[in-house]
Amino acid sequence: MATGSLSRHRALGLTDYEYARIGERLGREPNDVELAMLSLMWSEHCAYKHSRKLLRRLPTGGPRVVLGPGENAGAVDVGGGLAVAFKVESHNHPSAVEPFQGAATGVGGILRDVFAVGARPIAVLDSLRFGEAASSERSRYLLERVVAGIGHYGNSIGVPTVGGEVYFEGSYEHNCLVNAMCLGLAPRRRLIRSAATGPGNVLVLLGALTGRDGIGGASVLASAELGEGDEAKRPSVQIGDPFSEKKLMECCLELLDRELLVALQDLGAAGLTSSVAEMASKGGVGIDVDVSRVPPREAGMEPFEIMISESQERMLCVVAPERVGEVLAVCERWETLATAIGSVTDGGRLRVLDGSGVVGDLPVSVLVDDCPLYDLVAVRPSDPVYAPPPAVLTGRESPADVLLALLGAPNIASRRPVYEQYDSIVQSRTVRRPDDADAAVLVLPDGSAIAVSIDGNGRRVACDPRLGAAEAVYECAANLACVGAEPLGLTNCLNFGNPEKPHVAWQLVEAVEGIAEACEALGVPVVGGNVSLYNEAPSGPIFPTPVVGIVGWLPDAARAGRIGFVQEGDAVALVGPFAPSLSGSEVEKLRGRPPAGRLPSADASAVRDALEAVRSGVRTEALRSAHDIAEGGLAVAIAECCVAGGIGARVSAPAGVELFAEAPGRGFLVSGPEPALADFPIIGRVGGSELKIAGQLTLPVSSLREARARGLAELVQIRC
Amino acid sequence: MKFGVVRFPGSCDDVDALTAAERVGEAIMLWHAERELHGVDAVIVPGGFSYGDYLRAGAIARFAPVMEEVAEFAADGGLVLGICNGFQVLCEAGLLPGALLPNVSLRFVCRQVELQVVDAGSAFTAACEPGERLSIPVKHTTGRYYSPRPVRVLLRYAPGENPNGSQDDIAGVCNERGNVFGLMPHPEHAVDPLTGSTDGLKIFESMRAQLGDRVAV
Amino acid sequence: MRARVLVRPKAGILDPQGQAVERALPALGFVGVRNVHVGRLIELDVDDPARLPEMCERLLANPLIEEYEILTAAQSAAAGDRPR
Repeated sequence: MATGSLSRHRALGLTDYEYARIGERLGREPNDVELAMLSLMWSEHCAYKHSRKLLRRLPTGGPRVVLGPGENAGAVDVGGGLAVAFKVESHNHPSAVEPFQGAATGVGGILRDVFAVGARPIAVLDSLRFGEAASSERSRYLLERVVAGIGHYGNSIGVPTVGGEVYFEGSYEHNCLVNAMCLGLAPRRRLIRSAATGPGNVLVLLGALTGRDGIGGASVLASAELGEGDEAKRPSVQIGDPFSEKKLMECCLELLDRELLVALQDLGAAGLTSSVAEMASKGGVGIDVDVSRVPPREAGMEPFEIMISESQERMLCVVAPERVGEVLAVCERWETLATAIGSVTDGGRLRVLDGSGVVGDLPVSVLVDDCPLYDLVAVRPSDPVYAPPPAVLTGRESPADVLLALLGAPNIASRRPVYEQYDSIVQSRTVRRPDDADAAVLVLPDGSAIAVSIDGNGRRVACDPRLGAAEAVYECAANLACVGAEPLGLTNCLNFGNPEKPHVAWQLVEAVEGIAEACEALGVPVVGGNVSLYNEAPSGPIFPTPVVGIVGWLPDAARAGRIGFVQEGDAVALVGPFAPSLSGSEVEKLRGRPPAGRLPSADASAVRDALEAVRSGVRTEALRSAHDIAEGGLAVAIAECCVAGGIGARVSAPAGVELFAEAPGRGFLVSGPEPALADFPIIGRVGGSELKIAGQLTLPVSSLREARARGLAELVQIRC
Repeated sequence: MKFGVVRFPGSCDDVDALTAAERVGEAIMLWHAERELHGVDAVIVPGGFSYGDYLRAGAIARFAPVMEEVAEFAADGGLVLGICNGFQVLCEAGLLPGALLPNVSLRFVCRQVELQVVDAGSAFTAACEPGERLSIPVKHTTGRYYSPRPVRVLLRYAPGENPNGSQDDIAGVCNERGNVFGLMPHPEHAVDPLTGSTDGLKIFESMRAQLGDRVAV
Repeated sequence: MRARVLVRPKAGILDPQGQAVERALPALGFVGVRNVHVGRLIELDVDDPARLPEMCERLLANPLIEEYEILTAAQSAAAGDRPR
């Protein structure tokens, strides 16, 4: 018996220590069903073993917070009785296996997280990272298929994709990153939690049939003899069905409008097991699940398979017995399967029944709370972790040539070939479409608006994880300020390598500290997020890549800011504590330098002042345009303002400011009538058909536009 | 006047169409499973992915119970507007000639395009001038119009603006009688200056003018 | 009985999917490939195979832009398919 169980638990990813601890807690060995459930609940993906302690550092409170971390999505109050729920999640590993479905199901999952708290999804953003598509056919393939997958799911379900980012770096060649963010809108009274309560209440499963999706490694537990050629029975790729989810979503929102539910939870990683366990844990109750009542997609599914299946487009709800009939009626109208599969109990145990027999019986606390949490052993690396990229520039180019090279670089060029594949306007809320402004803007019923952006820069975090991670927060807040929005809450996805390696652990610890410091400095609470670890290849880890999404609010949608210069004769000003560095910049990458060197420190109060100045200038329409300075530095930012506005400018770079050096979140280019910009450092004037940076370069706006339009289009092979 | 917007499982731009129609009259939703038009004066079949675009876009929606009523309504001369997926449904139902094929690029495209009014004499374009340019967004994967026989074209993509390879740059056609109109671009997404152009309003205004200011029954 | 319906784009109608596949094959080293068309396969068990043509005309294919071909179980077997 001992030998058998040794190989079983290891095959499922549990260490000997973890297995022993399970035995201690239960007072016995777990059976197969219980072992399958525990192996998933105690996995890194579900238990956050290596990151949970660290994440406690993040500030989570604030006057606008309605739902904090721990629920399916966080939510903030946006006035008028409304709340915006939002979250970002990664689907990195599935996307590397099958990019179209991996990305599609990633979008499906984050949509469910948002409507699981009772909010109607109103927007999606995606943050994507691949290897160098210019030289890697695989990365071009991943880019094409991931974008198609996101578009397929989001467009079909009728939720606009309003923003995002795409980056290409060698370190992501073997580990692409696909982070999907969703926002939803709800009347505050419709928000619902996932805690199951009320012994005697009924557990109802909604949505798609349950198949063998995602069972993968746990298949070692299967008792049935499977021969060769049976891989088809164990799909490793989950197939998303947005049509099914659209019906499921409308059904759930109607159930909530009619106040028919006690609790709601989506099924994601580890399927029924994690959803049931978490619902029970939050409510301090127990739950009985009868797998024989779960509608199966395949014949002969075993109890453990049903409990850990990751079939998509399913939700779980808790309903008072006297309302189950009404719930089933609403579901039937929306062509959504609904089945009573269990009940809430006293006593804090998760029992799995198969008909009348009990096939698994565990204390909820063992599943949810008893997984050991590990401390990270963090050691700053003494040697460089990342190889230098291939050089594209020799260093002898003129500033004009460098600017054109940067505008055409895949990390900076126009994202139009990507965003045109997304419906950005369905639901009629989109006031600023991709490329109009630095953040997406969505109008609310009372004429105010929500703004949202998603940002990160792995290269700079690789230089200095603490400052680089803080920059992601500052840059995101800067994007919001440029449309006139104040930040209300933040969600983050931490994409890192193997945390058991001390140098990666160091990156993670430093990055979390950086995010925490920046959030504290700006007064922005973290309302939820996600961690994706083990993104590593034999050649090494990915760049440490914290991605942050911030939701903000502005009082008047009609006054939302825009990037483009507008009027001949307007003054142009450079606002903010802008002391940029070449370290970690895009130009340094093109010159073949590895990510190294010092990043500029952040003077938090100066940053706050700049955000406030830009924000109020946009809100009062004193400013006609506002754009934050990010990749490519001052020169690229001015070029982008010219291209967006279809008009040139004559400016002088301030003394000591290198044209292409970067300090994300610290510098803003604004334009407007000169009197309105009296308090700002003026650097030039809008006008003409050329961009002239005194003593450095003169280029026609048309050539800036052309360079920018070509960069990504060539990689995406646009035909029409 | 009262518009009725059909809602199928999978319709996405139904609420958008309803809100747009409400700028010129009253509007209600018509549930796909009901054989009932509730006395509306005009029917809108909206955009989206009815039935997931399974089999062919619009192929299953055309058999919905409400579509029997819509066909009768059209046979009696009632005004029917099909937008994007709605256009696909009307072609599949035989209420409009031709069919929509996959975009030549094989990709979804969401883009603001310029249209040209080819025929300003219809119930749907009377508020426009002949040759007038309208700025209206498209968003579709299956929008390439095809018809082996001559059709009455109301809207074309302006030169250089054809996003999908439609024959003769056709963006919208109506039936011979002139009471059923289908177009791939989304006029309901061009009615609010806050979110884009307002050129799409003219189509709804044309319909309202056609019906007079009759009070909904 | 088991039937298969093959639906393909009508001759003369532009088939960009077929063209895309035809372009991609040589890049993978497959030469001498022409006239590629991409369609759809519908498989079904039917009690009354005589109704299949009507099913195709009314739902499974759009006769304006598609052609269809009905294969019954016997024909499929002859074509060398695996039994289900």
